[in-house]
Amino acid sequence: MDQAIIIEKGIFILVIFAITMLFAMYETLAERKIAAWLQDRIGPNRAGPGGILQPLADGLKLFSKEEFFPDTQNKFLFIVGPAISMTTALMTSAVIPWGDHLEIFGRNVVLQATDIDIAMLYVFGVLSVGVYGIMIGGWASNNKFSLMGAMRASSQMISYEVAMGLAIIALVMMTQSLSLREIADGQHGWRWNVLYQPVGFLIFLVCSFAETNRTPFDLAECEAELIGGYHTEYSSMKMGFYLFAEYASMFISSTILAVLYFGAYNYPGMDWVKEAAGVNVASILGIAVLFIKICFFIFFYMWVRWTIPRFRYDQLMKLGWKMLIPLAIANIIITGVVILIFDN
Amino acid sequence: MSIQNISLSGRKTEVSNKKMTFAESLYLVAIAKGLMITIRHLFTRKVTIKYPEETRELSPVYRGQHMLMRDDEGRERCTACGLCALSCPAEAITMKAEERKPEEKHLYREEKYASIYEINMLRCIFCGLCEEACPKQAIYLTKSRVMVKSDTNREDFIYGKEKLVMPLDMAIRNTQMQTAN
Repeated sequence: MDQAIIIEKGIFILVIFAITMLFAMYETLAERKIAAWLQDRIGPNRAGPGGILQPLADGLKLFSKEEFFPDTQNKFLFIVGPAISMTTALMTSAVIPWGDHLEIFGRNVVLQATDIDIAMLYVFGVLSVGVYGIMIGGWASNNKFSLMGAMRASSQMISYEVAMGLAIIALVMMTQSLSLREIADGQHGWRWNVLYQPVGFLIFLVCSFAETNRTPFDLAECEAELIGGYHTEYSSMKMGFYLFAEYASMFISSTILAVLYFGAYNYPGMDWVKEAAGVNVASILGIAVLFIKICFFIFFYMWVRWTIPRFRYDQLMKLGWKMLIPLAIANIIITGVVILIFDN
Repeated sequence: MSIQNISLSGRKTEVSNKKMTFAESLYLVAIAKGLMITIRHLFTRKVTIKYPEETRELSPVYRGQHMLMRDDEGRERCTACGLCALSCPAEAITMKAEERKPEEKHLYREEKYASIYEINMLRCIFCGLCEEACPKQAIYLTKSRVMVKSDTNREDFIYGKEKLVMPLDMAIRNTQMQTAN
């Protein structure tokens, strides 16, 4: 019995890892294509039909570049920086509920790698450790500009984590549980959390832009202000890892947004499908619906990137501390009042 | 008509200095309007020309690769006078003159012709001064309608007579079209 579970979870984790990697790879192509279409031009279309093999070409290009080490004693830290970024970007996918259960060969396969009670805390913890990747990379580069970029990035990330946590508190008050599986199950059919917590969703959305260092919060890596920011001195695959980690964390942020606020694998009419076509088909449809929501959020990230100019540093800090935190606290108070009223 | 009302381009807008209302300072409406503008561009026609499958239209006076012309009877017009080389600001043209033998009367118009005529396409700036300077109307940049192709070898860019002289069948076609009219 134990062996079967180990094999089942092992295969599941491998599949999740492969899907994350695939998504992150094709996000690089999607970024360039969507950026092009929004600017009245077509993106890369030479590598393979319609440019499908472009990520492969990019990967090969990065592998073939020169391995460069700057003049620093911290060679170990220089290598460890991108490794931490990549690891924390991938670790979060372990607790996400990808779908309802499947029934294969009489076994009840739960579509989640681990279902821990405090999944939300785990996600936030891993997110916070992700800041270290950027800080270590900027410090180990032995370069003023990288250090400044890393400082700005890390201060931005920790400021917006506070507002993110406060927005989540209101959600947890409503759903009475920190486990992602229970939050997802509580959004059956049409009752998605975004309808009950619109302000919380807005705050969480803005904070997730800041956490993944996406425009308009991409001060840390913008070329015009800081040459390259924390990844100036990086070349070849270490640079590839930083970029890849950013896209992987974008994928994970989209997933968390979809799971927390947009009803994970729930869609209107799921009960009818379950009775008409069986549990497996309903679950597979749920997984497809979740991926559609993830793709929409990824498109939204890129749509915003090419629309809005970036924040100045003091505007960014002011937004995080003086506007989002009071708004999140007000959200908690109002949610508490409404819960009290409805319980009586 | 005070100084405040004059607008030379007709695109003058009055800027307001009022402080933003609370709803405006949230920027939500402004962001939504910006997102709508961007998404509209997703559905417009793209302006990219997919070279080399598509090429852009060249205007009638487009200055491309040089062509050494022939006259109605197919004889080369160029007499190697050197005025084009003199007028070239980039010193891209070099030539060597020779005397016409009696059996070559059908090949060249006058007794002096250019046996070697070379243009260094890397030096040429395609200004058209050689076309303006030629007294025999022998060199034109607007007739070939091709762009000089890119290459990887510096020596291959020195174009000789075989690349620059008008092809004989083109001269025959021109003559036939003229006599038909």
